[in-house]
Amino acid sequence: MSLLRAEGLAVARGGVPVLEGLTFELAPGEVLVLRGPNGVGKTSLLRVLAGLAEPLEGAVESEGAGYAAHADGLKATLTVRENLGFWAELHGAQVGDALERMNLAALAERQAGSLSAGQKRRLGLARLLVTGRALWLLDEPTVSLDADSVALFAGVVRAHVAAGGAAVIATHISLGLEEARVLELGGYKAVERAAPGGFDEAFL
Amino acid sequence: MSLWEYANPVKFMATSGRILPAFAVAAAVVTLAGVAWGFFATPEDYKQGATVKIIFLHVPAAMMAINAWAMMLVCSLIWVVRRHHVSALAAKAAAPVGVAMTLIALFTGAVWGQPMWGTWWAWDPRLTSFLILFLFYLGYMALWAAIDDPDTAADLTSVLCLVGSVFAILSRYAVNFWNQGLHQGASVLRAGAVTGADTEEKVSNVYAVPLFVSMAGFVLLFIALVLLRTRTEIRARRIKALEARARMADA
Amino acid sequence: MRALLIRDIRLAVRAGGGFGLALAFFLIVVVLVPFAVGPQPDVLGEIAAGVLWLGALLACLLSLDRIFALDHEDGSLDLLATAPVPMEGVVAVKALAHWLTTGLPLVLAAPVLGVLLHLPEPGFVWLTVSLAVGTPALSVIGCFGAALTVGLKRGGLLLSLIVLPLYVPVLIFGAEVARRGVEGFAVGTPLALLGGLAAGAVALLPFASAAAIRINLR
Repeated sequence: MSLLRAEGLAVARGGVPVLEGLTFELAPGEVLVLRGPNGVGKTSLLRVLAGLAEPLEGAVESEGAGYAAHADGLKATLTVRENLGFWAELHGAQVGDALERMNLAALAERQAGSLSAGQKRRLGLARLLVTGRALWLLDEPTVSLDADSVALFAGVVRAHVAAGGAAVIATHISLGLEEARVLELGGYKAVERAAPGGFDEAFL
Repeated sequence: MSLWEYANPVKFMATSGRILPAFAVAAAVVTLAGVAWGFFATPEDYKQGATVKIIFLHVPAAMMAINAWAMMLVCSLIWVVRRHHVSALAAKAAAPVGVAMTLIALFTGAVWGQPMWGTWWAWDPRLTSFLILFLFYLGYMALWAAIDDPDTAADLTSVLCLVGSVFAILSRYAVNFWNQGLHQGASVLRAGAVTGADTEEKVSNVYAVPLFVSMAGFVLLFIALVLLRTRTEIRARRIKALEARARMADA
Repeated sequence: MRALLIRDIRLAVRAGGGFGLALAFFLIVVVLVPFAVGPQPDVLGEIAAGVLWLGALLACLLSLDRIFALDHEDGSLDLLATAPVPMEGVVAVKALAHWLTTGLPLVLAAPVLGVLLHLPEPGFVWLTVSLAVGTPALSVIGCFGAALTVGLKRGGLLLSLIVLPLYVPVLIFGAEVARRGVEGFAVGTPLALLGGLAAGAVALLPFASAAAIRINLR
């Protein structure tokens, strides 16, 4: 039983292939950390895994994921609780203790627009808790978080994984998740293959 | 040997490069023959005088204005279903040609209408429909121009072309309804008295034969122009792909 | 789905949500008309139905780019696409929210503004009815245009260029109902056509809009 399977995946950004030959599987309780220099295709890969983009080749199997990227989808004029409540209801779940776990309970009635960058980020990550999804796909989740918040978030991920969840995390800094597997994307760069006749159907 | 072989840009470029000169020459010869025959070798109409001769430009242009959109619709469908790049680019290439034909039809219509109806413009259902068609072309071309990624642009313009076709047909019927609804019988201008089917019936053979020649010429002209423009679009697309690959190699 | 509807309405009515802007625009257009054509009641009365329809259409157009652009900027659209709801439903609900916060107020305001333009008495009912039937179509058609242009930085003007030709049949049938109402003619045929058009647009266009959104998110 696996939460995510990638089979011979090739990923493009702006129509240009960036990664190819990716095959991996993620079982409950596992964390996969994606590493690689800027522009290697971490975000493009995560968008494919989340089902937002089509892979160039290969297939992704998952039963839906909680996805968190650079933009948190927060509405400035809604309160913290309203923001989170919306996503909870959309996923057919309850807000529960999500605010407490991300240390946001004191801010629950504040408008999201008045939060600091770090607080907004924590709220964006709290959204993962209300999706009820076992698989989390995280794109640079620790941007604008201070050391305490990073530790807090690492604890949340650890608890999620311990409870049978799994996570794919693209990050530069260490989250202190020693059990995590690391996937170096530098080894999967797409090599350019010119078509013999000069032009082929995709013009590449 | 299947038609889909030409969906491959290499095959298309090779074949279109061979046949384009023939189409260009044929288009020039037939169009000129039809128009010249019409202008110089037909008698003047007993009622309309020499003005009737604008029919040899007006009707073929109007016909191609609609056919160009129909071609875009077919090409968009092929792109959506089979994702052949040449098809999407052919649709893109046909749009400016269609706009030119629409403008020729509108302009010659105005020039014809002035002496006949005493006005440059009347909100006749046919004229109005062409004006709306012109707006549809503008929106379609503007969407192509606004989007950077060629595949995204092809996808979105195809969706617009499909939806737009439905609305263009709806507009055609709405406009018919609208004008009759207001001016039933009150209008001196009979709908379609100039461009439409009922003229065709009245057009005598003296005019009909050169008109058909001219129409055939415009079809050839359209094919030649679309082939030429599709080749240009394929080359432009190729340049974009090469640039993208160069950027990837740099990274 | 209900959550999305409530959220969109909430966002629209809170500060900076743009609720009322379309209404204010509608009012200003109607106020400007007499300055342009003169204050004679008979002249105004004759064009009132058409002016009110055109004003409502333009007011509706103004608010279209907010439907998806804000959600696209802050990432909500990505998150909605990964949520367990069909994109067609998201689009339909957002169009409904747009109608409730823009179209419906316009429908309710139109008779009041009709007084300003000396709309002849028999026209009030049919003007309101035609707008009530036609504005949902304006919202879903506009939603389609907004979905096509959501990824573009400056899509506003392009959106108008794409949407306005699509509005032609709705405007023709809608204004025809209102005008016939004013003149006391039977309105059945154009009203049936307007209703059919609106029903068809509401039923089918969300599929095209959802396809456009998915393409734009890739």
